[in-house]
Amino acid sequence: MKDKNVIQVEDLSKMFGDFAAVNSISFHVKAGEIFGFLGANGAGKTTAMKMLIGISSPTSGKATVAGFDVYKEAEFIKKNIGYMSQKFALYDDLTVKENITFFGGIYGLSKKQIDQKRCELVDELGLQEVTNSLVGSLPLGWKQKLAFSVSLLHDPKIVFLDEPTGGVDPITRRQFWEMIYKAAHNGTTIFVTTHYMDEAEYCDRVSIMVNGKIEALDTPKKLKEQYKTDTMNDVFLKLARG
Amino acid sequence: MSITVSNISKSYGKVTALTDISFDVKPGELFGLIGPDGAGKTTLFRILTTLLLADKGQAVVAGYDVLKKYKSIRNSVGYMPGRFSLYQDLTVEENLNFFATIFGTTIEENYDLIKDIYVQIEAFKTRRAGKLSGGMKQKLALSCALIHKPKVLFLDEPTTGVDPVSRKEFWEMLKRLQQKGITILVSTPYMDEAALCDRIALIQDGKILEIDTPKAIVNHFPKSLYNIRANDMYGLIESLTNYEHTYSIFPFGEFVHYTDKRESIDTESLKAYLVSQNLTDIYIEKTQPTIEDTFMELAK
Repeated sequence: MKDKNVIQVEDLSKMFGDFAAVNSISFHVKAGEIFGFLGANGAGKTTAMKMLIGISSPTSGKATVAGFDVYKEAEFIKKNIGYMSQKFALYDDLTVKENITFFGGIYGLSKKQIDQKRCELVDELGLQEVTNSLVGSLPLGWKQKLAFSVSLLHDPKIVFLDEPTGGVDPITRRQFWEMIYKAAHNGTTIFVTTHYMDEAEYCDRVSIMVNGKIEALDTPKKLKEQYKTDTMNDVFLKLARG
Repeated sequence: MSITVSNISKSYGKVTALTDISFDVKPGELFGLIGPDGAGKTTLFRILTTLLLADKGQAVVAGYDVLKKYKSIRNSVGYMPGRFSLYQDLTVEENLNFFATIFGTTIEENYDLIKDIYVQIEAFKTRRAGKLSGGMKQKLALSCALIHKPKVLFLDEPTTGVDPVSRKEFWEMLKRLQQKGITILVSTPYMDEAALCDRIALIQDGKILEIDTPKAIVNHFPKSLYNIRANDMYGLIESLTNYEHTYSIFPFGEFVHYTDKRESIDTESLKAYLVSQNLTDIYIEKTQPTIEDTFMELAK
């Protein structure tokens, strides 16, 4: 299982006029892997991620996600991945129950499947007392945990997490990572961006983007050895300003 | 004192934002409010910068009462809100000029104070603020908050969503401002930034958990803390969660941080337990707690 590549990227580029936001990047992600996608603000992470989730067409290069081509099969990609970000995850003015029903519907689950998933999810997160509360009234940490569970409703092969834990308190941040470990343990591939360098250490492998290129890609342990430091924070500081 | 906060409370309808908050910030101090989103940090900043009235309690900023002398406070403090609040359709230079004029001064008069920061964006001075990158917006906002040479500077989450390199540069700028005699109250959700402050208040759910120097706060950690690593992180967390002697267990970078319920811990028996759970490559060592460990212990 682990040997199969669920993301395969070769010389992928995205130009905005003369500016190469993503400049010929190549990498692969294996099934069940937790892959950390790091880089400074403006390094090109979001642009790269948009191409991989099928909402932005590359200028050149090749990429397949969950076995589908990013140019021709973007709609299939969307059905086979989950996505959540810090900025957009759930609708604040829908209740917990309504959000689950809405996203379940979007992902094409039947009413019966949605009911079953909702019960499981509410139980697991301990949300019994707030199922009919507006999501906007929940603490940020709860929202983010719920959003992650919702992104997994349709059992996607890969889930893309764009800074999922920004601003979240340290205990909830860790509970969130325990959920990530569990999903990865069950075979879901995790593609995650973060500005918390301790979270980079939780990843199986980490790539660091600098000015549109991938400047480093390895396990956290090997990156620390290569850059002769004890922490991923130092690796990042050494690399990210080019 | 540059800032004195006494028993401040604030509610929004049924939601309590702050409960009986008290602390002092000394002149020239770099004081950190450390806590996650929703802790009440922004409410406190808005009360201290006279943009919001507290329900109860008193506060004095730069020698002025927040209620009676609010106009004097507005002339004496700089405030950089968490959300970018400059005029998006004015250029970099127009924004700076605007704020200087509002405060009855000129860019030239206090240029020394902002020079270090402003030179980094001066090349873009004819660009509209709305078209700047996040890092440049942050530098412009800081320049505008400083242009009237405030005695006290309020920075509400200036580094949220900012990458580690830019965060480091920002803190170096703060240290330089502090050396120029400006008192700084800064909030952040990043626990690693706490160590860079002279003193910090840990805040959660509208209450202060502890106030002290970062070093003293770490020394208050009540337990022996261990780094533990094994071949399988998920398996390790599961096993330790089910271990009868576990007091707390949190993933921490490549390790988990573990504390034990017992007074003294026998690492050999712990290791034997983990082996019995089919884990291999087990590594256990005693380690120093961080601010984040202390925060989690206090917030439990």
